[in-house]
Amino acid sequence: MASIYSYYAKWIREGRLKVNSDWNKERKVKFTIQDPCQIVRKSFGDPVADDLRFVIASAVGEENIIEMTPNKSNNFCCGGGGGFLQSGFPDERRAYGKVKFDQIAATGADYCITGCHNCHAQVHDIGHHFHGTYGTVHIWTILCLALGILGPNERTYLGDDLKDVNVFHPETAL
Amino acid sequence: MTESGITIRGKKKSSFMETVKEILPEGGNLNLCLTCGACVSGCPATGLADMDPRKFLRMCALGMDEEATNSPWVWMCTMCQRCIYVCPMKINIPQLVYNARATWPRDKRPSGIRNSCDMALRNDSNSAMGTAPDDFIFVIQDVLEEYRQAQPEFADMQAPIDKEGAHFFLNQNSREPVTEPDELVPLWKILHLAGVDWTYGSKGWAAENYCMFLADDKCWEHVTRVSAKQADDLGCKVFLNTE
Repeated sequence: MASIYSYYAKWIREGRLKVNSDWNKERKVKFTIQDPCQIVRKSFGDPVADDLRFVIASAVGEENIIEMTPNKSNNFCCGGGGGFLQSGFPDERRAYGKVKFDQIAATGADYCITGCHNCHAQVHDIGHHFHGTYGTVHIWTILCLALGILGPNERTYLGDDLKDVNVFHPETAL
Repeated sequence: MTESGITIRGKKKSSFMETVKEILPEGGNLNLCLTCGACVSGCPATGLADMDPRKFLRMCALGMDEEATNSPWVWMCTMCQRCIYVCPMKINIPQLVYNARATWPRDKRPSGIRNSCDMALRNDSNSAMGTAPDDFIFVIQDVLEEYRQAQPEFADMQAPIDKEGAHFFLNQNSREPVTEPDELVPLWKILHLAGVDWTYGSKGWAAENYCMFLADDKCWEHVTRVSAKQADDLGCKVFLNTE
């Protein structure tokens, strides 16, 4: 039983994934990182959070990561966990998520990277609900962007700033 | 005029908290609370439904079982365990919440969670969306073929299902195959470039487990065992969580 974050890090370190952050040298698009409770605090602890950061730094440039406070094992839950998204209490779920929203907004980041689907759905929802300006992206989207292999139809969660960056086979756009 | 305010009976009635203490390692430290409030101040669920983690624990400690366990708050705590992380006594409040959920009659628990659990029990996919193995296989093969043609650099890309002896057994949240299949592709490309030997299972491929959120132990175990057995039957070495 393992988290794919640690393997992403391993494959990059071994040179099997040639990720680089040159695409973001001039653009300086800023990213913050949502640590999933289930993977970090509840399962593998800070080492997996550090692997996650190594992976994201490789893809976007370390100087373009703005951390939330607190983070890693001490991070706040986004409010999408424990079945809250399906439990029929949307007002309470968003009130819970306000803590996370404020945390993300305080970083001023353009994107919040989420690896967990519950986090992704919740961070995306509270971003809209509280009129945030950040986008919510899966880690695999950013990795493929940095690998230069992200096609035009794999960019659902990228904003206009990144829709046209490093497009792989742009002629296949639907 | 006054009647005695305190009645001491011979045998103490077993309370909710006592029951939970018996099933947790070290009793979950449930009777070690210093009432400091570190849990409350760092919990995003504080104040929802007029409840917070310390209040919940104190109510249980005082034997206010029904008031505590019947609170809708037990469905608003996400059991994220930050309260344990900051607690000087490492008190397992989330397990108290989990077991409070389990005291609710199954048909009174939130229908959204219950329906997602029931969907997962419909077939061997484990999918909270009820997607059958055949439908999953169809989507995977269809999307793979489309991308192999559209992006020739990935003409050899694989998305194996039930590959015997693959090193990694991958799970996949149902959201991708069911509602946004293009989102499957970046993961496959990464695995392809890294030369990873992996497989999905036709059984137990879905990553989510709403039966756990429902506090339905029997169904939770069933769903987990379907996934674990498929990984074992295929001879996979590592169960890789893609979340």
